Amino acid sequence: MIAVFTVAPAAWYLVLGALLFGIGAFGLLTRRSALIMFMCIELMLNAVNLTFVTFSRTLNDIAGQASVFFVMVVAAAEVTVGLGIVVAVFRRRSSTSVDEMNELKG
Amino acid sequence: MAHIATFLLLLPLLGYVLVLLLGNTLKERAIGAVATGVVAISFILTVVTFVMLLHRSNREVTVHLFNWISVGSLHVPAALLVDPLSITMCLFVTGISALIHLYSTAYMHGERDYRKFFLYLNLFVFSMLVLVLANNLLMTFVGWEGVGVCSYWLVSFYFERDSAASAGKKAFLYNRVGDFGLLVAMFLLFHFTHTLNYLGIFHLAGTLSPTVATLTVLALLLAATGKSAQIPLFNWLPDAMEGPTPVSALIHAATMVTAGVYLLVRMSPVLTMSPDGRLTIAFIGAITAFVAATIATSQRDIKKVLAFSTVSQIGYMVLAVGVGAYSAAIFLMIAHAFYKALLFLGSGSVIHALNGEQDMGKMGGLAKYLPITFPAFLVGWLAISGIPPFAGFFAKGDVLTNAFEHNKLLWAIGVITAILTAYYMTRLFVLTFRGNERFHEIEGVHEPHESPWPMTVPLIVLSVLAIVGGVIDLPWAHGATLAHFLNPVFGFVPAVATASTGAQWGLALVDVAAAVIGLLAAFAIWRDTSENPRFESKFLEHVWYWDNFYDDIIGKPLTRAAQFSDDVVEPKIIDGAVSGVGVSIRDSAEGLRKIQSGFVRQYALAMVLGFAVIIVYLLARVH
Repeated sequence: MIAVFTVAPAAWYLVLGALLFGIGAFGLLTRRSALIMFMCIELMLNAVNLTFVTFSRTLNDIAGQASVFFVMVVAAAEVTVGLGIVVAVFRRRSSTSVDEMNELKG
Repeated sequence: MAHIATFLLLLPLLGYVLVLLLGNTLKERAIGAVATGVVAISFILTVVTFVMLLHRSNREVTVHLFNWISVGSLHVPAALLVDPLSITMCLFVTGISALIHLYSTAYMHGERDYRKFFLYLNLFVFSMLVLVLANNLLMTFVGWEGVGVCSYWLVSFYFERDSAASAGKKAFLYNRVGDFGLLVAMFLLFHFTHTLNYLGIFHLAGTLSPTVATLTVLALLLAATGKSAQIPLFNWLPDAMEGPTPVSALIHAATMVTAGVYLLVRMSPVLTMSPDGRLTIAFIGAITAFVAATIATSQRDIKKVLAFSTVSQIGYMVLAVGVGAYSAAIFLMIAHAFYKALLFLGSGSVIHALNGEQDMGKMGGLAKYLPITFPAFLVGWLAISGIPPFAGFFAKGDVLTNAFEHNKLLWAIGVITAILTAYYMTRLFVLTFRGNERFHEIEGVHEPHESPWPMTVPLIVLSVLAIVGGVIDLPWAHGATLAHFLNPVFGFVPAVATASTGAQWGLALVDVAAAVIGLLAAFAIWRDTSENPRFESKFLEHVWYWDNFYDDIIGKPLTRAAQFSDDVVEPKIIDGAVSGVGVSIRDSAEGLRKIQSGFVRQYALAMVLGFAVIIVYLLARVH
């Protein structure tokens, strides 16, 4: 891995990150299931993490990697709460479709 | 001495706290004993302080208690000023309070709110002592408000009665107008002397410009007219008679209502700077004395007569202050406290005997039924009428002599008022104690009975004081008089030119003649009749229509303004503005709610688009 990483130019990683982010955003906008949308959000977060780490390596700055830890912790917390909500919603209406959760609209 | 002075001040407060905390476990008798006891001890301590002060060469002692307010250049300590003036006031305040507390233990016997009554009474004595002993205007103001609120509570003591409740409110509102004057005086003095301390103000009084001094004096006069029931703010005092009779005697005759006079006397160095202000004071006093005396001649309620008599007598005191005879004002204040407290307590004894009847038309012939009240009342009557050698003769004579020296017109008004005073007091006396017995028509009264000892003892003590009270300031006892004791306090005051002995005898004869004329006239008119419309004009009975006048110029326009607010301002302007806000928010919300579609993915799209816009913006800015 280390060998691969050293030879591969940083730009590849950035492109991969951008692709992952785009896939995540696309999925978020097109899928109806709350569960899938969560996965998409995770995908976007990790795409950003990858970008962080890449820049951290190229700029030789540890701050980027530190930020990644924060993102991971927050993401873990967010998933816990989010999945809790999804489970609760699923118990009530046997569905996780976000389009049906619109009682609070104006 | 400092400790004794502090204790004499704090004892009534201690009594208040004790009765407040232990009240539910104490019996009526114990409450009365505690409340009376603390005031009696306070009186004894005052006597001790007085004797100690007599033996000092420097009779101006400041007792520092603690630093009260210290903000910027305003430093107000809680401190007492023990000097001849304040200790003289303390002597008669605590002395008469002790007697009236004793009287009240019997008078209020069996009342539902017995404990509350004594709580208020003790708190009143404490406030009055704060007012008198304070060494600065702000602390005096605290006492001033304290006695005001106690007066309010006690006037509306029988608050189930509408008339009592509204009398309390009236007293409170009239006093507020006066308090405004005191505040303005304080602002002025602090602005120009940078201190509220009495000694500091007196030191700098000479630097006040005539205009400022006159403004200050007029503001002080407004304060005094409120508290001491002078024109134009005198109407509240007669209504204040709704309170229990001991309250009328203590607060609305002997002590609180003289606070205004005390304030003016205390500020004598400032008064000295403004001859115009003093002339105004003198005329307010003289006119009030006359107007109130005329009204007193036509009242049917025994307590109302005494109330207007009090207003009239305080008018004399204010007149004395106006002509610069400060010690004469204090002398009359003390003598008046003796005989007017006596008259009020006597009338309380009469009312007590007649099951609460106050109409003089239903009294008469009570002399033989009340063997102690009758002679006591006789003394009070002769004393206030100005018959020598009773206290009233010397005190009133002192005031009139000074008025004569200063301004003949003021003196003439004073003498006419003296005739009226003798007249209305004799009318009251005759209608109550002489003539045929008209009380049989009162329900439940067959044989009026004398009151129990706690009520008669104060009557006897006050009778003795009213007889011999004049000795404290005899004109021929040079060097051992009240005036001699007090005068150092008025150090900045130019001495009033003293009349020659011959003139003094002449003036004294005029006083006696005035008293005798009034006496005989009243006897001639009222000996055989209890109703005489010819001498009880509607105009006087209705207090010169003074209340109606205030109602017309203040009450009615305010009511109309309130009605206008209710009809127009409230529904149109205030409600209009409030509903306007509500309606506009509802209408805008109607449009905005469409954005809230409820589709999560729509929101996500909005976020992505917004994010894209931000990125484009950032990229554009970099290049």
